[in-house]
Amino acid sequence: MRERNNIFSNIDWQITTLYLVLVVMGWLNIYAAVYNEDYSSIFDITQSYGKQLIWILSSLFLALLILLTDARFFSTFAYLIYGLLIILLLVVLAVGTEISGSKSWFQIAGFGLQPAEFAKFATNLAIARFFSQQHLNLSLLKNRLFPLILMGIPAVLILLQNDTGSALVYSSFILVLYRMGLSGNFLLAGLLVILVAVSTLMVGTTYVLFLLIGLAGLLFFFMKRNRRNIVSLVGLLVLAIGFAYTVEVGVDRFLGDHQKARINVLLGKTIDLKGVGYNVNQSKIAIGSGGFFGKGYLNGTQTKYNFVPEQSTDFIFCTVGEEWGFLGSTVVIALFLMLLVRIVVLAERQRSDFSRVYGYGVAAILFFHFTINVGMTIGLVPVIGIPLPFFSYGGSSLWAFTILLFIFIKQDINRNALL
Amino acid sequence: MAQKSNVSREQTIIAIFLVIGVIFITRLFYIQVIDESYTLSANNNVLRYVTQYPARGLVYDRNGKLLVYNEAVYDLLVLPAQVKELDTVEFCELLQITVEGFRERLDKAKKYSRYKPSLFEKQISKETYGYLEEKMYRYKGFFVQPRTLRKYPKPIGAHLFGYVGEVTQGVIDKNPYYKSGDYIGISGIEKAYEEILRGKKGLKIKMVDVHNREVGSYAEGKYDTVSVTGEDLYLSIDGDLQEYGEMLMAGKMGSVVAIEPSTGEILAFLSSPTYDPNLLVGRVRGYNFKLLSEDPVKPLLNRALMGAYPPGSTFKMVNDLIGLQEGLLSLDTRYSCQGPGSSPIRCTHNHQSPLDVYVAIQQSCNPFHWQVFRSIINNAGHGGIRNNYVSWRNHVMSLGFGKKLGTDLQFELPGNIPSAETFDKIYGKGHWNSMTIRSLSIGQGEILVTPLQLANYAATLSNRGSYIEPHVVRAIGNQKTLDTKFKQNTSTINKEHFEVAVEGMRQVATLGTAKWYQIEGITMCGKTGTAENPHGDDHSLFMAFAPADNPKIAIAVVIENAGFGSTWALPIASLMIEKYLTGTVKRTEIEEKMKTTNLIQ
Repeated sequence: MRERNNIFSNIDWQITTLYLVLVVMGWLNIYAAVYNEDYSSIFDITQSYGKQLIWILSSLFLALLILLTDARFFSTFAYLIYGLLIILLLVVLAVGTEISGSKSWFQIAGFGLQPAEFAKFATNLAIARFFSQQHLNLSLLKNRLFPLILMGIPAVLILLQNDTGSALVYSSFILVLYRMGLSGNFLLAGLLVILVAVSTLMVGTTYVLFLLIGLAGLLFFFMKRNRRNIVSLVGLLVLAIGFAYTVEVGVDRFLGDHQKARINVLLGKTIDLKGVGYNVNQSKIAIGSGGFFGKGYLNGTQTKYNFVPEQSTDFIFCTVGEEWGFLGSTVVIALFLMLLVRIVVLAERQRSDFSRVYGYGVAAILFFHFTINVGMTIGLVPVIGIPLPFFSYGGSSLWAFTILLFIFIKQDINRNALL
Repeated sequence: MAQKSNVSREQTIIAIFLVIGVIFITRLFYIQVIDESYTLSANNNVLRYVTQYPARGLVYDRNGKLLVYNEAVYDLLVLPAQVKELDTVEFCELLQITVEGFRERLDKAKKYSRYKPSLFEKQISKETYGYLEEKMYRYKGFFVQPRTLRKYPKPIGAHLFGYVGEVTQGVIDKNPYYKSGDYIGISGIEKAYEEILRGKKGLKIKMVDVHNREVGSYAEGKYDTVSVTGEDLYLSIDGDLQEYGEMLMAGKMGSVVAIEPSTGEILAFLSSPTYDPNLLVGRVRGYNFKLLSEDPVKPLLNRALMGAYPPGSTFKMVNDLIGLQEGLLSLDTRYSCQGPGSSPIRCTHNHQSPLDVYVAIQQSCNPFHWQVFRSIINNAGHGGIRNNYVSWRNHVMSLGFGKKLGTDLQFELPGNIPSAETFDKIYGKGHWNSMTIRSLSIGQGEILVTPLQLANYAATLSNRGSYIEPHVVRAIGNQKTLDTKFKQNTSTINKEHFEVAVEGMRQVATLGTAKWYQIEGITMCGKTGTAENPHGDDHSLFMAFAPADNPKIAIAVVIENAGFGSTWALPIASLMIEKYLTGTVKRTEIEEKMKTTNLIQ
């Protein structure tokens, strides 16, 4: 009894509220996306929205279970849980069911379960456990490589299941590594490479030049202005500009027309309505036609009449964009940002390394999903099929994200009790 | 290092989150608020603008009998952007087109627009549509639009009704009402009354889902406009008389026009050879049109309005009327006739001599009318021959010759009453006189009249000097009468002189050239004409009205290259008068002969 009081008085209500709001909004949007006049009750469990309600309720139950579990359970059994999930990933490769090209599902009593979704929190647990070791000497190569191996194993197994999107999620741990001391240059370099390559191909080198100089100015303003930093900044700028030209010239000179066409479709420079470009185009149309205030709840024509494929799962943000407009989309983005920032803030106040690292892992995973998913629907990121956390329809992902988040909430509740 | 809280790294990570958020919001602002094209694309996706084509107005005859109605067909339209893979072979089989034709059509549509519907196959019959409808869900990007086509219960009135066809680019450019694929009246009353018959197009905005299925109307039909069916026309035509006339004229080249003298309403209007108006409807129109236009007997030519014939002897009363009006001819005037030995114009009729105007009309005496004409043209003290001719011409034109009559039908020709200038040009000014232009005295030479003018002339004679512009539509809808729209014209010749001409015509029908075709119980006034024709055999002409004292019908019959007016034109006119006035025809022998004779080589 004391324990329970303790839980609810110490629980971070900001995060919990954000979680609940996002889950309910997701549910309402799934209802709008697959709305069908013949099954107009939002509680109809033969429809996705009715099923999602079951997933939501069971997720809340899972959340409660986690909150009632001893906080030390997760750090203690981190490697065990990790190992179990790796085994499941192997098993699913052998006996799993293939759904839309990915062999990543267990079919149990009519419900599909995707171990890849759960592998994320398991990996996060393992990494947190690793970094929580006392006197960890990160200057040793084996200690630097170990976390990479922890991420690499599930990523490769998921890749083998032909689920590229979920595999790419593991790259998000770079944020955790960065927080744990990885040089920011890695982060910057990775970001710059992507940014420069994409923007060069989209708008040409001239604009990229301005963009880079602007970015450099911004960095100059924020960083410590010592000589070493300035030199490396200028060097980086020169390098980036050189890279931009290389990309432009390289694509122009060394790629065939066919490959160039593909890149252009990916970047939205040419529209191929029937092929690669179809999803993105329809998605942009749905969101773009929402206008400032949106068409109103259940009034979205593009999503309701199925012009957008996979609208209740990966393209759920289209419904938000179309029916709730710019206003609603901004609110949803703001909610996600609030959640991410809150997680980072909470992570920083953790006294145990395990909790802090785990918290950053949660933020990184959610951030990656959010960026790729929303970016894809508005045509900024290539189509990579991963769900929008808490929003997208699907039991496995909702369960997995709930577990992921609530383990962190539980750690936060116990932050003082632990030591 | 790991244990140490690192504030700048925490902030960097938060900054990364915020940067992404700002990028997303900026992008959203751009595509949702600034760029309108997405809204447009969304509308293209989901909205389908379906033009509601109204049915054209129906056409009834003067007795309320239906002459023209509509039949439903379906146009198949295609929206190239939405076309997905489909079973082309099955689709082509349903439409009875070739796979090659399928590709051609689709390419043409794509060339026009990927996002706007264009016509794929027009006028699919109800039956084919029945098969197609069941499978439409498999043909994404295709949909149908109901249209109507003209249908004629009886194969009559082709030249009268004219036909309907697709608008040309020229019309679209000039008139914003018309869009590509619309139908428009091209000739006949379809053209003359296009704006009344066509009604008003409507627009329905429907929503479709990704499978091209209709899922309801847009904004609950707030922006829809309703189509308005065209108004019906009530013609002055008597359908039975028209049909009877066409039956009699079968196998003959020429025209019949009958007019109700008191109103100017046209009772029958036919040009022969004719064709079944159903031939120029729908998909077969192009093919049949080509066939008809290549036919050497020119069935497409509307001879009633566009055929120009010398009036021959039917014109003789005109000279008498002018002579009487100018005081150069009186009932006491006698001219002698030397029969075939007459000069400068021979007479072929065997009759008394000298003779007065009644006998001259009755016997169609050429020398008499030459004398009358000469006296008019040579009239001393009236400013000379040229002025006399101008004055003669004015009288003639006041009877409705040499000009368009102002009928409601399209493509009317004015005929020809040569002007003084014409003769100046041919012979030189001052170098021509009554002798030079003597042919005009007997309705030959340069004079040309249309069958409509000839019928109008008969009506004018029956009205004793006036006519109302002849027309075929008497009412729009059920009430609006149009008769007031058509003006009355009065000739330059006094009424009493017409009594002389009418009496002459009565004698023609009782004692003269038309006495063999009298109608029991009805007195007819008429005049035959045998028009010499430089291109071949004489044209057979007859114009008449009946009954003599209370004229109900005035008629003109022209039969090309058929010889004497009394042989063919007269009996046909006589039968039609009988049919119209009594409802039946008792002279079945004559009827049979007319019906079955083929005069076209």
